[in-house]
Amino acid sequence: MVVSAAPAEVEVPRSADNPVSDKPWVTIVWNDPVNLMSYVTYVFQHVFGYPKKKATKLMLDVHHKGKAVVAAGAREAMERNVEILHGYGLWATVKQDK
Amino acid sequence: MEPFRSVRGGGTRVSLAAAEASLLRSLVGQVMSLVEPDDLEGPGPGSGPGEDAELAALEAMVHGPGADKPPEDPVLARLLPDGYRDDPEAAGEFRRYTEPALRSAKHQAAQEMLDTLPESGGRIQLSQDQALSWLKALNDVRLALGVRLGVTEEFEEQWGQLKPDDPQWSAFEVYVWLGAVQESLVQAMK
Repeated sequence: MVVSAAPAEVEVPRSADNPVSDKPWVTIVWNDPVNLMSYVTYVFQHVFGYPKKKATKLMLDVHHKGKAVVAAGAREAMERNVEILHGYGLWATVKQDK
Repeated sequence: MEPFRSVRGGGTRVSLAAAEASLLRSLVGQVMSLVEPDDLEGPGPGSGPGEDAELAALEAMVHGPGADKPPEDPVLARLLPDGYRDDPEAAGEFRRYTEPALRSAKHQAAQEMLDTLPESGGRIQLSQDQALSWLKALNDVRLALGVRLGVTEEFEEQWGQLKPDDPQWSAFEVYVWLGAVQESLVQAMK
């Protein structure tokens, strides 16, 4: 992800809340060089209803670690997430969390 | 361009020069024709999320199954990515059922942007829904251009290494400008 000309508001969250429970399927978002950091944060807030702090943390995980688990639950729900995220141009996949 | 601003009561507004409007229209139009299904229309607008799979299954019955392999064109493959990473079978199945609806959704966002973007530019006011369509359509254009240019996160350095008479030089300039346009829209929508 990239920061564009206009500076994105990025605050480093201290919250350690993890969206992953021990459910077996997860939605993963992968880093890519085009999507804006502000846009990815906006999509996480808009699609999942996450508060800004959590959305920003997930965005930074994607950016720094190359990927992040953004949701967990039933397989069908994760596939639906991925379909929606593809609609926003994010690079997302479903995976069974073993 | 005057940057996007949020409007009291929801929505955003922006001012675009005619040249900017026509550049945006041309780029969005190109992406729109790229995602257009080869031979059949995707499920029409207004189909609810839960209906997509059913419609895709119906389409598959009428027209034969949808593609189960990623498109060969790298731009299209980025716009319509695999839903599974290390499981070709699951990825193929996912694509068969979701790609027609995804193409249709991208087409629709692009169409909505074109419908609300006059050739002559000027002051444009968008509802929240229209702004969301612009956001998605602009992102698809940036993805397409980014893949064609092979951009990395260090695209400014890549651009800086080109000579101004390089045919890619002005494409990088457009890419950077599109990033600023999209950034301004994201900020206005918050």
